[in-house]
Amino acid sequence: MAVLELKGISKHFGAIEALSNVDFTLERGEIVGLMGDNGAGKSTLVKIIAGNFPPSAGEILLEGKPVHFHKPVDARAAGIEVVYQDLALCNNLTASANVFLAREKKRGFGPFRILDDGAMNARSRELFAELKSETRPADTVRMMSGGQRQAVAIARTHLSQAKIVLMDEPTAAISVRQVHEVLELLRRLREQGIAVVLISHRMPDVFTVSDRIVVLRRGHKVADKPIGQSSPEEVTGLITGAIRAA
Amino acid sequence: MAIDTELPRASQNAWQQLLASQAFWVTIFVFLIPVAMTVVEPSFSAAFWKEDNFFNVTRNFAFIAIMALGQVAVIITGGIDLSVGSVLAVSGIVLGLLMSNDYSFAFSAIVAILAGIICGLFNGYLISYLRLSAFVVTLGMLSIGRSLALAISNNKFFYKFGHDQHILIELGGGKTFGIANPVLVLVALTLLMGFVFRYTTWGRHLYAIGGNEHAARLTGVPVDRMKVSVYVLSGFMTAVSAILTVGWLGSVTNGLGIGYELRVIASTVIGGTNLAGGEGGAYAAFIGAALIEVIRNSLLLAGVDPYWQGTFVGLFIIFAVLLERIRGRKVN
Repeated sequence: MAVLELKGISKHFGAIEALSNVDFTLERGEIVGLMGDNGAGKSTLVKIIAGNFPPSAGEILLEGKPVHFHKPVDARAAGIEVVYQDLALCNNLTASANVFLAREKKRGFGPFRILDDGAMNARSRELFAELKSETRPADTVRMMSGGQRQAVAIARTHLSQAKIVLMDEPTAAISVRQVHEVLELLRRLREQGIAVVLISHRMPDVFTVSDRIVVLRRGHKVADKPIGQSSPEEVTGLITGAIRAA
Repeated sequence: MAIDTELPRASQNAWQQLLASQAFWVTIFVFLIPVAMTVVEPSFSAAFWKEDNFFNVTRNFAFIAIMALGQVAVIITGGIDLSVGSVLAVSGIVLGLLMSNDYSFAFSAIVAILAGIICGLFNGYLISYLRLSAFVVTLGMLSIGRSLALAISNNKFFYKFGHDQHILIELGGGKTFGIANPVLVLVALTLLMGFVFRYTTWGRHLYAIGGNEHAARLTGVPVDRMKVSVYVLSGFMTAVSAILTVGWLGSVTNGLGIGYELRVIASTVIGGTNLAGGEGGAYAAFIGAALIEVIRNSLLLAGVDPYWQGTFVGLFIIFAVLLERIRGRKVN
């Protein structure tokens, strides 16, 4: 059974049709590359899945059950995490404080509960180890490389036992070496059975890690096929409209 | 309570951490200035190192430092509270009015604290929920508070505080174990706030908001409520300071606290609090206020015309921000 299934999703903002009748499925342990030009509806689709706003029409099924998200917190509680393009990290805090932000571990009792940094650091260390990242829990994020920051953002999604991770342009603003590091992180997520949606403009990255590719153009889904049956040339054609559908 | 103003990094050793902290250098300055003055001007030492003077210096900065403890929480979130001087007057006048009408000290103090909290709520609500700039809202409150103090007092001056007068005067002007009571209150509040900043979720979230407000919101930090809480804290601390100040002065006028906002903000900045948010701590507020008072006192004792005090304080603020800029450049 698909972990996530969208059926006939449409979204309009006034007269603008951002998405029309899009079907989308996501299996456990699968990386789906979501591609499309600016304004094709990628962000709208991601925001609907992440609970930023509801669809105008259509149904969302999470592990077969219909769900209605009103706020991002609802989606997160259901196991859907988003890694934002800017990573949404606090540079002045440690890696572990970021991982546990708004979900801090505490010790003590009653009103005398204090932060348990030891436990948070220990758990973060485990999470980074699972991701095979060298990020140190007590380091301040300000001092970190782009790849390490990604690891922090991804470890955060891991903490909550997410089923689905939506990655918004994770490789847009980092160096080539770090891109490699991030793609490795995505593979780690897949190994652990997490479904990943990778939104990216970078064709090589999508073709390196994705199992399947979905292309949106002007709010319509124009392709949805295993990566092996497509090619960068075809996808470029689909994005620009040179190829109608595939 | 840690000396540093940032959360500790395990990979940095304690010594490096100490050297990188502005509060540490300010602490050294606080002791170095009088020593240097003594060397340059031996007659100075007789005046400065007297027990009386120590008592005065510590007491004088306690009033500002208590307010700075609230201000530092506001500044850590990236906000600012310019209204503290006026709120001090509102709380002081409320206290004076009630006590002069023979209400008990306890009741009057509670109402005075409530007045401070209400001013903070007003600031916090407009800033958090109506998304107005902290600068504008608290500047407005600076004017409103001063005018409220005038209106409530009807421009009268309170110096008789009813049957509980002795409690008020003892609290603000008295001493316990040879230390001025306001100083004891300050030390207790500094330790408490130092602990709260470092070890509670509330404290952690303050730094998160200052570091990246958008991220804090996305991860589920209750940013709006947190912001209201810091302005309320600032109002509370200001009211506490008002009670002690009135007790020390033995009187209160609606001119109380004029220009204090600058001294309070200067204290936090000099202690190493980043005005852009995300950095600072209780000790920063404490030591920054101490430094200003030591400088003020030293200049006074050295015979420098008091008219120049503002110039020195102003230069120190600019110097502190410059220092922060230099440290920031090293980090990035």
